[in-house]
Amino acid sequence: MSLNRRGFLGLTSGLAVVTLAGCGSNATSASSTPRTGGRLRAAFAGGGAKEVLDPHLANLFVEAARSKAMFDKLADLGGDVSPQPRLAEKWEPNADLTRWRITLREAVFHDGRPVRAQDVLASYARILDPNRAFRAKSSLALIDLPNSRAVDDRTVEFALKRPFAEFPNALAAFGAYIVPEGAEDFTKPIGSGAFSFVSFEPGRSVLLKRNPAYWEGAPLLDELEFVIANEESARTNALLGGQVEYAHDLTPTTARSHASGDRMTIHRSPNSAVQAFAMKVDRPPFDNRDLREALFLLADRPQLVESVLAGSGQVGNDLFGKGYQHYADLPQRQRDLDRAKFLIRKAGAEGLVVKLDTSTAAAGMVEAATVFADQAKGSGLTIEVVQGNKDSYWADTLKNGSLSSFRSGAMPIETHVAQRLLSGSGTNVTKWARPEFDALYEKAVSTSDATARTRAYQEMQRVLHTEGGYLMWGFADWIVGAKPNVGGISTAPANTLDWARFDKVWLG
Amino acid sequence: MSLASYAARRATLGLMQVLAVVTLVFFLVEALPGDAAVALAGDSPDPARIAQIRAAMGLDRPALERFADWLTGLPRLDFGESLVSGRPVAQFLSAGIGPTVVLAVLTLLLLLPISVLVGVLAALREGSLLDRALTSVSVALHSIPEFALAVVLIAVFGVQLGWLPPTAVGADVLAEPAVLVLPLVVLLARPICSISRLVRAGMVDALASDYVRHARRLGIGETWVRFAHALPNALAPAVQQVARTTDWLLGGVIVVEAVFVIPGLGTVLVDAVAARDLPVVQGLAVVFAVTTVAVNLLADLVGFRLAPRAEVVV
Repeated sequence: MSLNRRGFLGLTSGLAVVTLAGCGSNATSASSTPRTGGRLRAAFAGGGAKEVLDPHLANLFVEAARSKAMFDKLADLGGDVSPQPRLAEKWEPNADLTRWRITLREAVFHDGRPVRAQDVLASYARILDPNRAFRAKSSLALIDLPNSRAVDDRTVEFALKRPFAEFPNALAAFGAYIVPEGAEDFTKPIGSGAFSFVSFEPGRSVLLKRNPAYWEGAPLLDELEFVIANEESARTNALLGGQVEYAHDLTPTTARSHASGDRMTIHRSPNSAVQAFAMKVDRPPFDNRDLREALFLLADRPQLVESVLAGSGQVGNDLFGKGYQHYADLPQRQRDLDRAKFLIRKAGAEGLVVKLDTSTAAAGMVEAATVFADQAKGSGLTIEVVQGNKDSYWADTLKNGSLSSFRSGAMPIETHVAQRLLSGSGTNVTKWARPEFDALYEKAVSTSDATARTRAYQEMQRVLHTEGGYLMWGFADWIVGAKPNVGGISTAPANTLDWARFDKVWLG
Repeated sequence: MSLASYAARRATLGLMQVLAVVTLVFFLVEALPGDAAVALAGDSPDPARIAQIRAAMGLDRPALERFADWLTGLPRLDFGESLVSGRPVAQFLSAGIGPTVVLAVLTLLLLLPISVLVGVLAALREGSLLDRALTSVSVALHSIPEFALAVVLIAVFGVQLGWLPPTAVGADVLAEPAVLVLPLVVLLARPICSISRLVRAGMVDALASDYVRHARRLGIGETWVRFAHALPNALAPAVQQVARTTDWLLGGVIVVEAVFVIPGLGTVLVDAVAARDLPVVQGLAVVFAVTTVAVNLLADLVGFRLAPRAEVVV
């Protein structure tokens, strides 16, 4: 696109500041008492006409938010990114953690049929279909479906291929929604969620209405409309112009210029997206542990957070999942240029030029790479920023290069390890493959002893903090704008249960 | 050469041009890094999953075979199915064409009278204060890029004053015409200058020409001379520029669509290329190529009618 985003944002925010200078500071607070009724219009970035309503195919944020409104999972992630029961009322593993008995809540689909154990098994069978490629497939792959069974209409017994203490994480996996048995046509989707389907225009809007029979209580809103605006400035303008009441995913620049205004309220969800650089530990130069430590020490994290995230975030400590369940609170790493210089000399890397691959695939990555390259000046190591194709970036950097920009949304720490840090992980971008680390993970997920599990997670994180391949420098806030009269917006991390959860939102 | 045989020859040539364009586009998109499977896998690029997506999409078949398949559907106007959503490509095209055509037609309906009027007025008062004022204003508008003008208009009229909706988000453009006002102003700003300048230059030339002088000597009224003799000749060069503008508008002006959230063809194209959704890109290539060929053919025919003595480039 020929639009220069940075220049464009600069101009809009400049104008916005001028605009706001005229307004007083009589900010009206969000109405504090929940009320029923009204239609909330929520603007999200979309994927054009390629968007789908099939919850198992959900990929974009807007698809995740719509799926959540219309469907339920057995479990979902709470504010600390630990699994919380949803359609599952409770789960009980057997002693060796290979069979899990799940009791379903009394819930009904939008057409009045009850949610049964058979629907759960059919939904998971659809996701696990060998001929298809649904996103939740890898998370559910450990279910031994032929040996799983419906005990009665409201009880499912899952057989697992191996002991797995964190099975509820799999039930909460992205896209693991429960659909009615046999559902294949999602042009008029039927789920058990808080809102039921009214109409869909791909790339433009989806209209939903309140499901009065929702098991957790009917939503407050009468109607919920998702509209698509790909440009962040357009979402902001639509909100300011009163065309929508909720604008998803705004930039820190917008948040900063509108934080004190009375035309929109800014809602920040801390710890939503980790910002990092990934070093590949299986190849030169970062197969050298000293050089990895030197990079850890070169990063001026407060400066990165201040400049790249415009202050909307917190510094990271090279570990995933700050504030999440099992997070290891180790002493915060600080910049130490002298020690970094010493380590670079020790590694024989003085004068070395390292390419840092980056792209605009995620907001702020190019800026972070540029700032970090600047911070490495004078250390003896030169970092050269190389910008690649944004559409194939993640696949490219999984295979190629030695240092790349990285970011990730929220997921349980166990999932992060399983997907990215084991010998057999599918998206192991740092190429961290150590049998003793794999064994620690095995120990954590196959023991029913909670203390032993916590100890194993702490040990894994200690190793990663000392010599891992991820330089996780910060955690970005997820920023949402809303009209001041919108209440009930949660600040749970993006991708968790309470993010974009419109059944709890009201219009004051 | 008669008009009919000329049109037939041009249409045949156009068909070949369309085929050349779609072939070129297919192989250019193939040459882009990453395919639809890689784009869809996004930030979880597990190679095993990408291979599965590829198989599910049929991308594991050779490129030539897929292209041949797609081509054989073309005579039946079957554009195939989107790789990502599985919906027919024709649905994508019909969804995007609506807003784009509405915008293009409205722009042209306003553009033609305004720019001809401005050009003629400036030519008739050549060198006057009016001429210089019209020239300065239109050149000034022409020098502002679309996105900058759009941002300023939205900030002032959409957000600050609140007179007009700042975007067309979620709106049906025909049911709420107010959402089209700002995009129309942005789309008009530059073409008004380019076309009115051509009309003015053509009109100045025509008014100074031998045949106009001759018509005046014959005692024909000045109004008749100006508008029946000079104007049609003055318009001939502008017609080509109108054709180019029409083509630009029908291609979906991506910047305007993005800023004002109008889900036209430009937006469909950007989304389809980002997703490497080849059948959709191909379908759009056909639409754009046919539009370009047809608009230019039409412009040449109109030019042929307006000034029959002009040589037409074949």
